[in-house]
Formats: sequence, structure tokens, C-alpha cells
Amino acid sequence: MHEFSLAVSMVELAQAAARREGAERIEAIHVEIGALSGVVPEALEFAFLGAREGTMAAAARLEITYRQGVAFCDACQTEFVIDNRFGIAVCPTCEVPSAELREGREMHVSHLEVA
Amino acid sequence: MADPIVTRDVRVSAHGTTEVTGARIVQVQRSLMAHNDAVAATNREAFAHCLVINVVSSPGSGKTALLERTVRELGGELQLAVIVGDLETDNDALRIHAAGAPSVQIVTGTVCHLEAEMVARAVERLDLTSLDVLVIENVGNLVCPAAWDLGEDLRITLLSVTEGEDKPLKYPRIFREAHAVVINKLDIAEAVGYDRARALDNLRQVTPAAQLFELSARTGEGMGSWLGFLRERLSSKRG
Repeated sequence: MHEFSLAVSMVELAQAAARREGAERIEAIHVEIGALSGVVPEALEFAFLGAREGTMAAAARLEITYRQGVAFCDACQTEFVIDNRFGIAVCPTCEVPSAELREGREMHVSHLEVA
Repeated sequence: MADPIVTRDVRVSAHGTTEVTGARIVQVQRSLMAHNDAVAATNREAFAHCLVINVVSSPGSGKTALLERTVRELGGELQLAVIVGDLETDNDALRIHAAGAPSVQIVTGTVCHLEAEMVARAVERLDLTSLDVLVIENVGNLVCPAAWDLGEDLRITLLSVTEGEDKPLKYPRIFREAHAVVINKLDIAEAVGYDRARALDNLRQVTPAAQLFELSARTGEGMGSWLGFLRERLSSKRG
């Protein structure tokens, strides 16, 4: 359950940004989570319910956008979408495993809706 | 790539925020790991003169046994210290101490991984200037420690022959991000029906660039190349 640590960081980042903007409350937090980040979205949603208590985000929605994994194949020098729900990066053309992930590990707060 | 969620019609205003009917959009674009990564960067500066390795595995793979033997075999030539993370008890720190290296136990309570800040507090109890190698033995867990940079130079993932050859496929992230993978308990491989070819093939799929060591921390078989790897990485770090 490392999602609780992440949810706490998420609320802290959101509050800092909302305060800077002079907002009174946070209505929604929009996050981007990569398919290879190791984050379980349901666990993050659950952890958020605890982490938001007593904060400016106490009544906020959590909006999660998923980002698929993208890797680079050294053999054919092209990027490919990791078409495997387990996140194993094997080039669909060359069938060679890739060591270079270019996208999919994101875990970030993109923007907020505040009032 | 999926488009970002657009919940309402928005117009970007002159001062960088975006006006929406009823609610304002505030751009943040910061990683959830931003705080941890900043502390990890500070740790990395403090670790400028010693080699720091972060050892991760499932519970019971033999992390402490590997470190005990590493401490015993390198202790004569290098100064080592170990930071040990566990949910409860200081048993592992005591074992490392008995093997001859200073050790600091971090008891994480319910937290399933080490974070950079916990390591920053633990190193305050060590004399970093006298150290050659600092080992961070992470909490036994193949999921959670993967995301947290602690400021280490190398991440080492340990896999024992008793765990099943498909562990790398089941927990790809922690193997993918390893600089080296150590396969432990080679001494009992035959008794547990370990399929070496399959394990290596699975590892290659998930982490094609990681260095591989096959050893038994109990008998000492295969320890030579692991110790050589540590010596070599230490000297290349010090240039």
C-alpha cells in the first residue's frame, strides 16, 4: 500500500499550488498515472479518501488519466507502445526485449480545479 | 497517447491560470515523487565518496544472508555499513553487526518501503567520510520499494531459486529498474526443481541490460564475481 504515501504527496502538492493561487478550496485533482508506474488506481482512489481529510481538498474529486507504456527498440530504432498488460516491453516487429522505457512511469499532478 | 481529461470549456488567461465557469484551473505538472526525489538528490550529494547500493527482494530471499557474507568477505579491505529497513524488529541489524559492520535499523511500522527521508535520518548516525560501501537493505517487498529513489548508485534486486522462475514477469518494475540481479540459494536449486534456463529467459525479457549474478550466500559459491562487481563499481565511482 505505497499508494497512501503517494496520496499524501498528491494532496500536499495540490494544496501548495492552490494556496499560491489564493484559492479557498480544491474541487478536483487531475493526475496522470503511467501503466508502468506500479500504482494501483483503485488503491490510490481509496488512499485519497483518507489523505484528503481535513485539507483544502476534503471534498475534491480525483480524476485519473492513464498513460500507456512506450519503449524504444534498439534493433529497429523505433518507439513502440507496450502492448502487454503486464508491462513486458518486447518489440512487436523484432521480438527483442527493450531496456529503454520512454513513457509509462508517470505519476504526476497535472492540474487542479479550484474555487 | 490518451488526451488529457478536459472537463469543461477552458480559456487560458494572461497570468497562466485558466478561467472556467465556476472553477479555475491551476496547472501543477509536478511529480508525486518530487519531494522524495529532492531528498534523494541531497542524499546522493552526501554519498559522493562511497558506493551506495539499494537491495530489494521479496521477504526471505536472503538479503541479510547475502549482506552478512559480503560484510565478512570485504570487511578486511573496505569499510562497509548497512542500513536495514523492516516493518518491525532489529533482528537484521543485529545480524549485520555481528558480521562486523556498523548497522542502523529503520523500523518502518506499517510502511512497506523505504523513502529518501528515512535514509537521510539514518545516515546521520553513520560516519560517511570513513565509508567505502553503504548498503541499504530495503523492506522485503517486490512492489512498493520500486518507486522510491533513495539516492543510491545501484539498485540490486535479489531473487532466490525457491520463489519461482516467473517472479520477474509478475513483478516487472522492480526487476526492470535493477542495475544488477542476484539469484540466490543456488545450493538448493536442484532440490527445489529450479529451472535455470526459464528464470534467465524471463529476466532477459524484463531487464535485458541488468548484470546477473548467480550465487549461494550460504555456501559462498559464486560470491567472487559479486564482490568483484562491488569493487569495480566503487573504483569507477571514485575515478
